[in-house]
Amino acid sequence: MAVNEESLKMNLLTVSPSPHITSSESIPKIMWSVNAALVPAVIFAAWYFGMPAIITMLVGVVSAVATEYLVQIIRKKEVTIKDGSAVLTGLLLAMCLPPNLPWYMTAFGSFLAIAVAKQSLGGLGYNIFNPAHIGRAALMVSWPVAMTTWTKMTTPVDVVSSATPLNILKQQGYAKLIETFGDAPNMYKAMFLGMRNGSIGETSAVLLILGGLFLIYKGYIKWEVPVVMIGTVGILTWVFGPSGLFTGDAVFHMLAGGLIIGAFFMATDMVTIPITRKGQIIFALGAGLLTVLIRLKGGYPEGVCYSILLMNCVTPLIDRFVTPKKFGARR
Amino acid sequence: MKELWSIFNKGLILENPIFVLALSLCPALAVTSSVIVSLTMGLTVMFVITANNTVVSIVRNLVNPKVRVPVYIVSIATIVTVAQLVLQAYLPDLYKALGIYLALVVVFAIILARAEVFASKNGVIRSFFDGLGMGTGFLIAMLIIGAIREIIGSGTFLGIQVMPASYNAPLMLVLPAGAFILIGYLVAGCKMLVQHIEKSKA
Repeated sequence: MAVNEESLKMNLLTVSPSPHITSSESIPKIMWSVNAALVPAVIFAAWYFGMPAIITMLVGVVSAVATEYLVQIIRKKEVTIKDGSAVLTGLLLAMCLPPNLPWYMTAFGSFLAIAVAKQSLGGLGYNIFNPAHIGRAALMVSWPVAMTTWTKMTTPVDVVSSATPLNILKQQGYAKLIETFGDAPNMYKAMFLGMRNGSIGETSAVLLILGGLFLIYKGYIKWEVPVVMIGTVGILTWVFGPSGLFTGDAVFHMLAGGLIIGAFFMATDMVTIPITRKGQIIFALGAGLLTVLIRLKGGYPEGVCYSILLMNCVTPLIDRFVTPKKFGARR
Repeated sequence: MKELWSIFNKGLILENPIFVLALSLCPALAVTSSVIVSLTMGLTVMFVITANNTVVSIVRNLVNPKVRVPVYIVSIATIVTVAQLVLQAYLPDLYKALGIYLALVVVFAIILARAEVFASKNGVIRSFFDGLGMGTGFLIAMLIIGAIREIIGSGTFLGIQVMPASYNAPLMLVLPAGAFILIGYLVAGCKMLVQHIEKSKA
């Protein structure tokens, strides 16, 4: 799918050699579809985390759109806030943040994501890194304490601070993790449905997978990417378990943290991943590998954000490595 | 006189060592987390580059071109050692804050570059003003980076609180990563300024 600035201008006459394939796809249509795919998870988060999550998501989206508008006005470029890409960046960023993050931090992250990671590099289609993850990584270095303080509203007035499942695993071990949820099946159920603590949008695995399936059905993302990435994490965490080989809890690791949202919505961003199917599989494999490495051996409890950003760096190399054969050419 | 002024002048903006020549980015990233450290580093480099340009210009006709680089290095190392000992004696705290970067001034690209590009081909007075201009440009750049990083990253300026007490500073600006992004934008801003100057000249 050719996504570039030209395809934004629908009335532009493009002359190219035949055969021609016409398509009704356009950037706004794809971007708003991805936004739509996130809606179930957004509604769930608004219900489960309450007002703070709604505010964080609103601030994220509004500041992302405002930044895009301002930068494009200042640079005297065509204003493209209606194509939904800034909305998507703001929403995805907010979904990767703890619900109780102060609003100015969310706004700062959105600003960096759009102004630094996207518009400074030339706008949509030219960014090297996933803007939402750049925003999250910048917030993580800027306010490490606020970014790892997870509070959960039990009732509209009661707030308790508690750890995410991956935090418990990192700090207190697997036994304590099971104890928190009761038993293992209970834990899987809670993680699958999203009844657990974590970032706004990462908790409900089932709704994120539903959104992802919609995008696969529409053909906007390839099914190989999420399957390979989540599968790599599952297999590797099972093999390198805490008490010897083949003892890890693969199901837990596949459902925990930002892996599902990362695999379906971040690792499939058309701009920052390789173009070919083979390249995308290599990308997903690498991202899964790095995630496991960070989760099991690194200092952070969660590594999806960094692993995708690191793989974004090598995307041009992968693209060069898996150049498709020219039609009719012999090797 | 006018010629000397233009030699001095070009180091400030048009050929600013950090923003335009992009030489010596290492100190611009590593020792600019506060204004006072930037100031010390800037003044040290200004002294070293001016003195070294003068020395190199004096000996330029005595040295066999084949061994000129070792000679430059010896000269730079001597001058840096002088600066290092002075700082250690009179400003021990700043000496500690600068740490290894003070000794690393010996290998700063901008100093060797000015010796090779300018001082080895020009007279003593011209070389002196070239060093002074480049040093001042370096100092200004360091001060700009240091001021922005300290005000936004720590909420202080020269150690005095300038932001409200409730200001929750983003740590990123204190870390080298934030400095890298900041320098990128300052380079872009300087480029705009240079283009503007060239346009108004033409």
